[in-house]
Amino acid sequence: MTTVAFPIPRPKHPTGVWNWITTIDHKKIGVLYGVTAFLLFLTGGLEALLIRIQLASPGHEFVSPEVYNQLFTMHGTTMIFLAIMPLSAAFFNFVVPLQIGARDVAFPRLNAFSYWTFLSGAIILKLSWFLGGATNAGWFGYAPLTSMSQNPGTGIDFWIISLQVLGVASLAASFNFIVTIINMRAPGMSFMRLPLFTWMTFLTAILVVLAFPVITVALIELYFDRAFGMNFFNVINGGNPVLWQHLFWVFGHPEVYILILPAMGIVSDIIPTFSKKPLFGYNAIVLAGAIIAFMGWMVWSHHMFTVGLGPIPVTVFTLTTMAIAVPTGVKIFNWMGTIWGGSMDLRTPMLFALGFIAMFTIGGISGVMHSMASSDAQQQDTYFIVAHIHYVLFGGAIFAILAGIYYWFPKITGRMYNETLGKLNFWVTFIGFNIAFFPQHFLGMDGMPRRIYTYSEGMGWDLWNMVSTIGALILGAGMLLFMHNIVRSWRKGELADGDPWDGRTLEWSIPSPPPEYNFAEIPTVYDRDDWWAKKRGNVKHGVPVSGGSGEEEHSIHMPQPSYWPLVVALGICIIGYGLVYSYTVATVGTIIGVIGVYAWSFEPVNDPEDEDDAAH
Amino acid sequence: MAQATITEHGEHEPTTTGLNHRKMLMWAFLGSDCMFFGSLIATYLVYKNKSLAGPIPEDVFSILLTSVSTFVLLMSSMSMVLAYAALTRGRMKTFRIWLASTIIMGATFVGFQVFEFHAFVNHEVVVECDHINPADLTPVELEVSAGCVDGVHEVEKVVGLTPKTNLFGSTFFTLTGFHGAHVTLGLIWLTSLFLLSFKKGMVTPEKNLDVDLAALYWHFVDVVWIIIFTVVYLFGVFPGF
Repeated sequence: MTTVAFPIPRPKHPTGVWNWITTIDHKKIGVLYGVTAFLLFLTGGLEALLIRIQLASPGHEFVSPEVYNQLFTMHGTTMIFLAIMPLSAAFFNFVVPLQIGARDVAFPRLNAFSYWTFLSGAIILKLSWFLGGATNAGWFGYAPLTSMSQNPGTGIDFWIISLQVLGVASLAASFNFIVTIINMRAPGMSFMRLPLFTWMTFLTAILVVLAFPVITVALIELYFDRAFGMNFFNVINGGNPVLWQHLFWVFGHPEVYILILPAMGIVSDIIPTFSKKPLFGYNAIVLAGAIIAFMGWMVWSHHMFTVGLGPIPVTVFTLTTMAIAVPTGVKIFNWMGTIWGGSMDLRTPMLFALGFIAMFTIGGISGVMHSMASSDAQQQDTYFIVAHIHYVLFGGAIFAILAGIYYWFPKITGRMYNETLGKLNFWVTFIGFNIAFFPQHFLGMDGMPRRIYTYSEGMGWDLWNMVSTIGALILGAGMLLFMHNIVRSWRKGELADGDPWDGRTLEWSIPSPPPEYNFAEIPTVYDRDDWWAKKRGNVKHGVPVSGGSGEEEHSIHMPQPSYWPLVVALGICIIGYGLVYSYTVATVGTIIGVIGVYAWSFEPVNDPEDEDDAAH
Repeated sequence: MAQATITEHGEHEPTTTGLNHRKMLMWAFLGSDCMFFGSLIATYLVYKNKSLAGPIPEDVFSILLTSVSTFVLLMSSMSMVLAYAALTRGRMKTFRIWLASTIIMGATFVGFQVFEFHAFVNHEVVVECDHINPADLTPVELEVSAGCVDGVHEVEKVVGLTPKTNLFGSTFFTLTGFHGAHVTLGLIWLTSLFLLSFKKGMVTPEKNLDVDLAALYWHFVDVVWIIIFTVVYLFGVFPGF
């Protein structure tokens, strides 16, 4: 194979830090995603605690109003784009190839690129705190709060650029997972045998691919307004701020399902394992997920009921929003059907999964409440909405993610977590969460608006605000217990074997932690819960459904490490800063990125000269 | 030791569906790009006829000129097909000729676009004072015709269209500008393939997928232009839309 010579040699067998920097192993990238996203989750949690301390009592001046606006904006943006999405991505990376019986993802270097680009976006957003102030226009950045005349600082620019960079990372990852799941399934792993988590990853990736371009365009228009004085959202020249709301929520509502579908997938894998029963209504759950992903595109204007869209759109979006609760309900009943009559093992992952079902149901029901436009008019922009989104995104997504971390912890690290600490962690988190967020329903019904800096005495909001703040502190203590458990167990937990839970899916058929090549021999799949069936000798010996690459491998070649994904991501990071400060810097970033792209395309996945080394 | 591996030869690795990874990724990317252009076109349509000041499409568009550049771009798609066909048949010389003509026609299209942008920014309104029929004039022409006093036969005034001028300017330049950027990226890609085809073993009939993917992208960008030409140019000038 002819290659173009580049002065920098390929990293051959790096060790230590360089091993992590140049890695294209999906498992290591998964760990990088998980650890980075968890640290960012902590920064978002810290922002939340500062908000709660500010609101603890009437007339409190713990932070200034300017800082407060930045706190709630950064809290929302961080939790959605830097915590829940990348924590889900950590599971996509680590778990999906193992569940479908593959040795890596379809494009290992693109996968590394996704991680480094995500890190660049996170740095651009979070460092804006120290570069003249962070964004302060709410996480949905409504026009005209974001216009140059209202908001001349660089905070909004950093927000725009970081979301664009994070969008590139999410898109690259989603292309990769769509191709991986369609094209790298082991022989016999038909779509209707896919584990639920892989199914939900697939649907999520499709949503990302179709939804992110819309926010990309909205942010481009906003950036052009600010940087070049264009008129997209400039009312003086006829621009319409409602266009921003439409573009934002056409992206924003599928985004809600991008956050929750992976969580539903995690829970759908945990519940059968700890109930020792096959998933009840597998087909219905898959179909419900697909319907949610499809209908997620038809409900965006329920975020805009009070804008004044007129009776017809409001009626239509009320109906579609009520309808989308049906497939969600189907899932909840199927999970309960799975538990029903099962021999339940109440380990920590199962506790969090059960917590997910209960909390997500509460959040879902309050969601149906404001699907009715007349009811929503009372609730819009009050703490009732804050309570709702925290029940679906913390009680929902984060509980499921914590369940997933405990569930796959032995597989990822090869060690067991501490069960007592895990259970304590669950109960403290569960109780703290409910004390923090349930009273916010009352506050909202009493008319307390969202995003207010403070309130005066005698509004009737004092008690529940104090209770909510105490709950948030308990929740914080729960997260400290979690970190203590994870860090301690990672370092000196008991060694775990390959299949500590009597698992059902393929990732439990290999040692913990998995070897670099995952499967010594690519498995052939005969059943939906294939590993469970194989362990019990229940294998129907049929012909596997679709072809694959099981037999011809005698030596395993894994894709080799590469610098170039990191170089391209670095170029993008520099372009990002350039777009805020100076177009000269952006040009330099572009040159670095282009060099990276060319070097990447000429670098073979495997260097032929190095293959003999790799074989031994 | 036998060395058959799953990752050694990017184009021949067995996949579940038998389709190539890279081709599937390209289709997913194009699906995503549809939503990108869909959002830009939607913005354009939302703001159609909403500009508070001129110039408006009727002032600046020259359908004849843009029809020529559209024709050139569509012909470049045809020569791309011929280039790919020649490559799969192993006719390298023919391949290079068709690829070069694709690049030249694409560059011509971009040249037309640069010319057009330049002409819009420096747009000059000319009103012949002797035969004014206010019903036929656009708002900008009507404004300029105020300069028609006794003894003046013709008034000229530069009323340029820039991205800042009005909603039409902002939406038009953003939409067509991003399309132009896509064409330019395609030109860089095709030019890279053209130059690499002179290096031994880089562009071969066996590795035709590299050209296939670039062609897929090129055709997609052409299809997007057909929509833009219809929605922006034709609907902008012919009444009734």
